[in-house]
Amino acid sequence: MTKEEEITLRKTACKIRIGVLTATHGAKAGHPGGSLSAADVFTYLYFRELNIDPSRPKKVGRDRFVLSKGHTAPGLYAALAERGFFPVDDLPTLRHIDSYLQGHPNMDTVPGVDMSTGSLGQGVSCACGMALGLKKQGSAARVYTLLGDGELQEGQVWEALMFAAHYKLDNLCVIIDHNGLQIDGPNEKVMGLGSIPDKLRAFGLDVFQISGHDFQAMEGAFDAARQAKGMPSAIVLETTKGKGVSYMEGQVGWHGKAPNDEEYARGMAELSAQLAELEAV
Amino acid sequence: MADVKKVATRQSYGEALKELGAAHPDVVVLDADLANATKTEIFKKAFPDRHFDCGIAESDMMCVAAGLSTTGYVPFASSFAMFAAGRAFEQVRNSIGYPHLNVKIGATHGGISVGEDGASHQCCEDFALMRSIPGMVVMSPADDAEAKAMVKASYEHQGPVYMRFSRYGAPVIHDADRFTFEIGKGEVLREGSDVALIANGLLVAEALEAAELLAQQGISARVIDMATIKPLDEGLVLKAAKECGRLVTCEEHSIIGGLGEAVCAVIAKHGLPCPVERIGVNDEFGHSGPAGALLEQFGLCAGHIAEAAHG
Repeated sequence: MTKEEEITLRKTACKIRIGVLTATHGAKAGHPGGSLSAADVFTYLYFRELNIDPSRPKKVGRDRFVLSKGHTAPGLYAALAERGFFPVDDLPTLRHIDSYLQGHPNMDTVPGVDMSTGSLGQGVSCACGMALGLKKQGSAARVYTLLGDGELQEGQVWEALMFAAHYKLDNLCVIIDHNGLQIDGPNEKVMGLGSIPDKLRAFGLDVFQISGHDFQAMEGAFDAARQAKGMPSAIVLETTKGKGVSYMEGQVGWHGKAPNDEEYARGMAELSAQLAELEAV
Repeated sequence: MADVKKVATRQSYGEALKELGAAHPDVVVLDADLANATKTEIFKKAFPDRHFDCGIAESDMMCVAAGLSTTGYVPFASSFAMFAAGRAFEQVRNSIGYPHLNVKIGATHGGISVGEDGASHQCCEDFALMRSIPGMVVMSPADDAEAKAMVKASYEHQGPVYMRFSRYGAPVIHDADRFTFEIGKGEVLREGSDVALIANGLLVAEALEAAELLAQQGISARVIDMATIKPLDEGLVLKAAKECGRLVTCEEHSIIGGLGEAVCAVIAKHGLPCPVERIGVNDEFGHSGPAGALLEQFGLCAGHIAEAAHG
């Protein structure tokens, strides 16, 4: 990745964060914290990694993405809109009655959404089914799924990981957004997770642990994950919840709360300044 | 009916899957470490590369089926009714029902006739659970021919389907060569004008026997095989209510939420002055015992149906 390409990705990530604020402010609800911690990986996936075509969302042979942590739909929608799947101007209709932008991802209404999710622990199993199906068909397509760290407390996640390893789903890449915070507080206070990489390794995954805000590191990890043979891969992203908006960073209270008008203005000013700074590079 | 040939519909399920697999390469079968009991092993022997054991993880299995269906396969996810409809309810609801994916659920060991395993495995709530999911087709066959035809019809249907099969042998009622099956259509097995017995699953044979008993008492009982609980054949229910004036629903399921309540809702909606007696498990758990003895003890046999028909 050239420096220029990295800057372009950072600018895109900034726009996706603006989309997250716009969508949750428009909705007066939603989950900005985990959308912002994952904004960089959404950027990397939709602007670098995934073989997709916004003009043909259901294209045969496309890579699939399943947002297992479905509550961070604002981040996914902002990325899809920025990538051209639907108008960015629609983002403020998030969660409104009759809007196609449902509170959690809906594959039947939102172009580019490959699986309806929202109930934690299920998306990763669905991704396993997709990976199995594509593998059986001899497709070169890959399947990516993003989980929250708190989501790892769902027992079904581990059923799915056993399945992925058992069926040698090397076309499956499981991504964990490890921002350390969940609704009731830090993971370690709510229900300790121990070492996530160790647990994933014990379940038979090829594990990479990197900063979730470093595009160069992501390139290394995603490229290496693609080389995994006979086993699924996992990328543990060390992230900051609320990343990019100063008053939200590391604050558990912003897990599922929308910014009010004043907070929105402040956040937008910060992100616009970050974008202007990148434009000037 | 001791001299009648009996086939457990779980056996029919396994055999039908094998036939379906031979005709359609997109059919895949999932099981959760119960292939020997659900009889999907019959399919597995014929098509080992299209049978996937998910281990003892029914929740994962349902979502894997959902994911598989998005790649063009038609998965038949199989387990006992208790786990398919019960344990994995929310997975079926959110990952199969909500996106209306083309997944078929084959649930064996439904009802109290599971027998010796006892209450933990005797699922009498699955119709209620599955009926409550928008767009879900819910069915339970009376015998071998109907079970096989149902499995094939489920493949042709686009969208989620729940099918309940039995562990206990069901008397063969239908002539497999002449039988045709349509989802959502009930079948009049015996004409009658004094009372209509609307049944599914194992209780269809009991209802037929009850009609014989009633005939000996001078009561003309119509017998309807209502294999599809949802969408319900409302026209056939209304016709029976109008022409017979009295209904008895018969199912190996809780009287709450199953065929009985579905029939009552139709009668109530149309304001018909037609009493409905519900034969089913009366809001209680089962217990261990031989299937036949349990059916008798829980009031699910021909004699009980005939008695209910009297009013």
